[in-house]
Amino acid sequence: MTRFPAITAVANVLAHAPGLVRYGSKPLRDLAADPGAWQGALTARLRSYDAAVAYPPNQAFIGNRDPETLRELPRPWFTAPDLGASSDGAFGDLIDETELLGLLKLCDRARLVQMDAVTLGAAGVGLARRGLVTPDEMTRLVPAADAAIRTPIASGDAIPLWLGGEVRGSIARGHEEDEALTANVLLENLAAKSTGVLALRRLLRQVEHRLAPDQIEFVLAGSEEAVGDRYQRGGGNLAKAIAESAGVGRATGFDVKSFCASTLYGVFNAAALVQAGIFSRVGVVAGGSLAKLGMKYRAHVAKEMPILEDVLAGIAILVERGSDAGPCIRLDTLGMHTVAAGSSQQAVVEALVMAPLAKAGYRLRDVDRYATEMHNPEVTEPAGSGDVPTGNYRLIAALGAMRGEIARDAIAAFISAHGLPGYAPTQGHIASAVCYLAHALRAMRSGKMKRALFMAKGSLFLGRMTEAADGVSFLLEA
Amino acid sequence: MDLKGKRVLVIGERDGVNGPAIEACVKSAGAQVLYAETLCFV
Repeated sequence: MTRFPAITAVANVLAHAPGLVRYGSKPLRDLAADPGAWQGALTARLRSYDAAVAYPPNQAFIGNRDPETLRELPRPWFTAPDLGASSDGAFGDLIDETELLGLLKLCDRARLVQMDAVTLGAAGVGLARRGLVTPDEMTRLVPAADAAIRTPIASGDAIPLWLGGEVRGSIARGHEEDEALTANVLLENLAAKSTGVLALRRLLRQVEHRLAPDQIEFVLAGSEEAVGDRYQRGGGNLAKAIAESAGVGRATGFDVKSFCASTLYGVFNAAALVQAGIFSRVGVVAGGSLAKLGMKYRAHVAKEMPILEDVLAGIAILVERGSDAGPCIRLDTLGMHTVAAGSSQQAVVEALVMAPLAKAGYRLRDVDRYATEMHNPEVTEPAGSGDVPTGNYRLIAALGAMRGEIARDAIAAFISAHGLPGYAPTQGHIASAVCYLAHALRAMRSGKMKRALFMAKGSLFLGRMTEAADGVSFLLEA
Repeated sequence: MDLKGKRVLVIGERDGVNGPAIEACVKSAGAQVLYAETLCFV
């Protein structure tokens, strides 16, 4: 068989962001409509950093436990903290909000962020200890006096950046009239950039023994934000902005867009660029979605549970010319949800699962694990949104039963053996399959896994330009 | 349920049964679809 491009490193990172939850789309709208009704509840239900670190799904995300082990824990998982949990994961860091604010300042090339000296100092210490920044680059950042932070907030030219209930900084709008450059939009964009930089820097640390940053030749970004201005809303290329701030100086890049399927598209397009011989090493990166912080907070407040959507996620993936170093992406068996396929669930599963397996000559049970929409059910179920990964596994298994590959009474056993519990924060383009790449890479390298299928869906219909959804899939094979 | 002649508002879900699929079903049962949308809960 042709040796296809390999995935050789993956970083999964999280940033605790309780002070930014108020700027998530849902909380922001609620607070604008009726601040008195939601402010208190929102603040009271936010988690501490230690609780976010000890939360078992977060530990699974950063690689300190296998997702499968979550099944052994009592629910709800927020009552079963991982004792002695570390914020330094096998795949990446879970940074605290001080470190996140420092990263926002570090990544702000437009000088829109003002931050006090205490916060910047503490952030620099934390990030340097993790090996994610040099002390020099943090000390070069100029701290702001209190007036420089508060005056533009008072005049409505900036919005506050909170830490532990105190205003420690601000971010200003980028233009007086441009709705694509308001302070809130720029904060979303900068949060995506900063957590993308966090992921890419962590990935570079993983491979520093054999690779310098300038050996990455191209970067694709799968973030969800519409970076641009009034004339080019969504103009993009956060990829190059992330590469610049991560020190990947000899690369350029571009963004890949297809709602939550973007990052998975990015991975196989990176593989295609490598397979074509254009580049030998391509990075794929995605930063977190601030808009989705607190998306289901009302349900969490109503159920008297912590607001679990309090972390931004980031991911970086290195794709290299095929070698024995890593599992390869089967470019000969890509799954595509085409226009003609139709929108029924049966058509989607046929396109994304059955078709690629048929091309490869495999049956459902030949794939060790299926990675689909890996959203943590503890986030979604209280809001009535169900267990999304399990729903997708049922669809796969049901189609398998229709085709006679799985006995009807063996559907649950199939899901248990080949599926996974959801563990990802509801950060769409990262929860959508790619968050399992790091786990699959580890399992394949240790000989515990031969093959995994990654399938991601994009809700194109949300943009009102079509009623269609989209989807893409590929097999990763040791 | 007899849907013949009924007017229906359809709200589907991406990871469950989507809007177009529900629309096709209820139309085949003789209903009139006034509005159809698919939501994504994640």
